[in-house]
Amino acid sequence: MSRISIAVNKALSDSPLGSAVLKSCDLSTNKRNEVIAELDDFEETRKQAREVRQFAIDNLESLIDLFTKNFEAAGGKVHQAADERDACGIVLELLKRRNARKGIKSKSMVAEEIGLGEALEHAGIDAIESDLGEFIVQLAGEPPSHITAPALHRSRQSIGKLLSAKLKFPYTDDPAKLTKEARGHLRKRFLTADFGIAGANFFVAESGHLVMVENEGNGRMGFTTPPLFISITGIEKAVGALPDLSPMLRLLARSSTGQRFTTYTSLIRPTRPGEDGPGEMHVILVDNGRREAIADPDLREMMLCIRCGACLNICPVYKSVGGHAYKSVYPGPMGAIWSNIVGTPTAESAELPDLSTLCGACKDVCPISIDIPRMLLELRGRRPKGAIESSAAATWKWTMSSPERYETAGKIARTAGMLLPNGLPGGWLSGGGSSYREDAPDQGEEPANE
Amino acid sequence: MVAGWSGRVDPLKVQLFIPCLVDQAAPATAHATQQILERLGHEVHFDRRQTCCGQALFNSGFRLEARILAERFVQIFSEAEAIVSPSGSCVSMVVHHYSEIGLVGNLRDDCERLKSKVFELSQFLSMNLPFPSGFSSFPHSVVYHPSCHLNRDLGVKTEPLDLLSQIDGIRLVSNDLPVECCGFGGAFSAKYGKLSQRIADRRAEALEATGAEFVTGGDDSCLGHIRQSLRRIGSPMRVIHYSRILAG
Repeated sequence: MSRISIAVNKALSDSPLGSAVLKSCDLSTNKRNEVIAELDDFEETRKQAREVRQFAIDNLESLIDLFTKNFEAAGGKVHQAADERDACGIVLELLKRRNARKGIKSKSMVAEEIGLGEALEHAGIDAIESDLGEFIVQLAGEPPSHITAPALHRSRQSIGKLLSAKLKFPYTDDPAKLTKEARGHLRKRFLTADFGIAGANFFVAESGHLVMVENEGNGRMGFTTPPLFISITGIEKAVGALPDLSPMLRLLARSSTGQRFTTYTSLIRPTRPGEDGPGEMHVILVDNGRREAIADPDLREMMLCIRCGACLNICPVYKSVGGHAYKSVYPGPMGAIWSNIVGTPTAESAELPDLSTLCGACKDVCPISIDIPRMLLELRGRRPKGAIESSAAATWKWTMSSPERYETAGKIARTAGMLLPNGLPGGWLSGGGSSYREDAPDQGEEPANE
Repeated sequence: MVAGWSGRVDPLKVQLFIPCLVDQAAPATAHATQQILERLGHEVHFDRRQTCCGQALFNSGFRLEARILAERFVQIFSEAEAIVSPSGSCVSMVVHHYSEIGLVGNLRDDCERLKSKVFELSQFLSMNLPFPSGFSSFPHSVVYHPSCHLNRDLGVKTEPLDLLSQIDGIRLVSNDLPVECCGFGGAFSAKYGKLSQRIADRRAEALEATGAEFVTGGDDSCLGHIRQSLRRIGSPMRVIHYSRILAG
């Protein structure tokens, strides 16, 4: 059994996890459906959003250059990182230069992707997560299980237990009280941090803005309070100009959390001398396999993804097992593809496209209409095949290439199905009986109904 | 031609495309398909050279092997006037995936022509509406399960329900049932058996909660998976392909 199969079965036997995941996913999907239904121009907006993303990917290098020019003209600095090591190296170098030891981190999947948490820890730098969900999983020593709701796999009670033990306050599972405790703890850190680090949802080429969408205000604290701010994001997050944000922002929160708009939407530019804000601002644009995917005609479409998480919430597989079962930073339908694009794909990530029923709900719900099932099939085709499955496929092809062999195989299967107590695996052919073709009308030259 | 005929389609020479799983595990669906088409005045043929469309191989990532079966399919069916199948997922394989499978030359051209002549049964029958009065009766409550490839890939959303609503005595129940996968997924159900069952049980419970006597749908693979699950959860609910309801 593969590690993924083991993790899947483990998740299936964890019923508190199962019910927490199912409840959160269904809640998000229902809320998403409600606020999408309010838009009478949803399909039109969706089309625009896709065009914005397509334009960005088709013109990526020039948009990156333009963004770099504009962001740097305003006093910031843009770095390009080829891979994980490179990206972590740039962050560490920037921190070292300012002797920054204590930081505050806001949510970033790219930081997870490049293993930044580990790299910082290794370098003896204390970076605390400030997004509540990320803070919870950091305290628990777990990776996030969802790209927008990192602690979605945990029940309110388990969060209550964890926070009260770690932050030393009397147990409660009241979300408002728990949030207040975490906030009190984090606030001190914000005020004393040497640096802030965060992800970005978009970067705008023409205006040189970073865009950050969040609900807790921790992101905004992170780029306003400490003297150094580092934004780390994927190269594909470009959009051309500010008006391009309109369809993106209309769809992102709606698709993600079922909100019309998130509580905080920040458009960030480097501050000028004398202005309030961090004195130093950097953006690290991470490639880590993205350019290769853009050059790959069959996977390029995945680069349109805006990481809303709607495909996770609606996926019958994700809803049943949660994110940790995927054994990858990026879980769910988009994750099964993304995990084969970024970093160094492994034998395990190659297996992820199989962890899908191909039901197509992901494509249906995607605000960019990304054809996820098509790419899952493409990656299934590319995956190296084992000896057993290869010989099964060869046998299937051989049998099905001849009506006589097919008929014989069918008879054997039906007899086996009849003889076995519960039919063939899956309960198939338990009734025995004859096939349609055994009783079908004879095919002469004459039509069958005359 | 049947008395009372008012369909938009002239009687055609119809080639049945009976997927291997239907042929072997659900022959009643194939018989029902044949009967309905004949009663509507079509000339029905079944070519015994047909076997498997290749979907099982394609979905498992064996594209070259699947191509061999796709080539056979195109050769067998290329001359047909209309090809009708009681399976959304196998029709979807032909219509959506044969063009990605690497067919070349004449086969590719034949395939492109053939694609517009392949119909899932309810797509084809919708062009025959309304049915002659008294076509069949089914005095039971029925809930329709939209199978994913039929509903999403082929975009066949209302056709089976439109057809079922023509049947005397039928009560169609929906209770705002959300559209969700049954968890079958072909090879997925073998590779991730427990997970596939978990998804099926959730679906079976939702179907059962509608209180209908029967679950119907357009894919025997999904219906078989749901039937197993209903047994597992001890439900008396019965499962039937919509073609058998239409055939009476």
